[in-house]
Amino acid sequence: MDQEGVASRIKEKFSESILDASTFRGEITLRLRADDILAVCRFLHDDPELGFNYLTDLCGVDHNPREPRFEVVYHLCAMKTRSRLRLKVSLAGQAPHVSSVVSVWKGADWLEREAFDMLGIAFDGHPDLRRILLTPDWQGHPLRKDYPLKG
Amino acid sequence: MAKPETMIINMGPQHPSTHGVLRVVLELDGEVVIKATPDIGFLHRGLEKLAESKTYHQCITLTDRLDYVAGMSNNLAYVLTVEKLLGLGVPPRAQAIRVLLCELQRIASHLFWLGTHAHDIGAMTPLFYALRERDEILFLFERVCGSRLTPAYFRVGGLAQDLPDGFAEKCREFIGTFPSHVDEYETLLTKNKIWMRRTQGVGAILADEAISWGLSGPILRASNVKWDLRKVMPYSGYEAYDFIIPTGKNGDVYDRYLVRLMEMRQSSEIVRQVLDKMPGGEVLADDPRVVYPPKAKVGESIEALIHHFHIASEGFAAPKGEVYTGIESPKGELGFYLISDGSNKPWRFRVRPPSFMNLSALSTMVQGRLIADVVAIIGSIDIVLAEVDR
Repeated sequence: MDQEGVASRIKEKFSESILDASTFRGEITLRLRADDILAVCRFLHDDPELGFNYLTDLCGVDHNPREPRFEVVYHLCAMKTRSRLRLKVSLAGQAPHVSSVVSVWKGADWLEREAFDMLGIAFDGHPDLRRILLTPDWQGHPLRKDYPLKG
Repeated sequence: MAKPETMIINMGPQHPSTHGVLRVVLELDGEVVIKATPDIGFLHRGLEKLAESKTYHQCITLTDRLDYVAGMSNNLAYVLTVEKLLGLGVPPRAQAIRVLLCELQRIASHLFWLGTHAHDIGAMTPLFYALRERDEILFLFERVCGSRLTPAYFRVGGLAQDLPDGFAEKCREFIGTFPSHVDEYETLLTKNKIWMRRTQGVGAILADEAISWGLSGPILRASNVKWDLRKVMPYSGYEAYDFIIPTGKNGDVYDRYLVRLMEMRQSSEIVRQVLDKMPGGEVLADDPRVVYPPKAKVGESIEALIHHFHIASEGFAAPKGEVYTGIESPKGELGFYLISDGSNKPWRFRVRPPSFMNLSALSTMVQGRLIADVVAIIGSIDIVLAEVDR
């Protein structure tokens, strides 16, 4: 299914959710309203025609000093149609948080913990949101652009 | 009667069977695992942050040090992603050599896995044989790029240089005898009653759950999911070669063993086909903005010298945008997600680590099993902590 197909299928159900759609180097990126991410993901996963049953990756991005500062990027894959899709949500710089999608794909568990650890993005509804790579008493979030490269 | 208490013991991070610095906190009822909680991050080096301050070319050596048992594959995934970002094509000879080296790398990675995994379970003999063959491959790599484990041989746009003279003959020598060596390993393990008792039915994960956890590579295929990026989303010319994708039925440790053994045989076959079909021609794209001039010219021509200096110091600017590319590394889907802000350094350098995703399902796989099974299961996932932690 091409970009128009996927986007229009989401628009049928979530008309207000897609803020932007683009293609670059053959890859489709949809920017969604942050509040709708869980519902859209569940739809993409459950819908038999779209069938995005595989969460390839989930990561955070810091665009400091641009606002909205943070982004969470989801890379999905539909194994039946062998297609990929990128979803993005933008989050404000102060106390960024978004719904966890762990109820849709179990693999989101550790991925969201890493985004929390490295960028300080909170995932509402995550069963065990704590640091994963750094020690529990670590201060700060290293992948943020205002975190120094060296000590 | 008093309720039996559970015991919490610590496995790792120093442990011969965790294959690196992995800590697993085990809550046990006798020898049965009630809950296993992996604790990772002991090998976290901040690679993704480091890459943000390096040019695209400089990042290549960072990628060597991800899955250090499969350096060529990491390099390939990264340069393919940068090439996609740039919209840069790679000459056919470079593509073929990349496939050749990555398949040799797959064999080397699986051999190392085989030896150490068998050793963990108590079968100490296969290690010696597996490492003997792997050493042959590492000698081949040394001929090609001077290094055994950290190749940094691929470049954005092709290869650092062509294959050395005599490489093809040595390579054919290796794959000529390799299938008979795999037969040897099989005589030690495949029908071995102890091996079968320790691995069959252990740590099974079914297809739907495996997909939900985002597993990839041999562990996913052992759970009867026929998904291999070399076939379903081919890259670097893999479409031209004939090979099968082995799958397992039960998704247990034994099936993962069988899948990897078969993959070694298939990789050997792919290497033979690449050697037979190897095209001639250039090994670097013709794009002076991105690619170094030939070294011989650098000493003779001032333009070449300036060109070399410019690329070495400043690198090249990538167009603004973002791309993701995933390849089938020996561990699973290894992907790079790069965001470019139009400058010569990546804004975001995200590694999609197959070992990380595969390890996250550990707690599910060991539930209700014995401690001895924990060792077998961790080995069967085939993780490299450098990739898990980055």
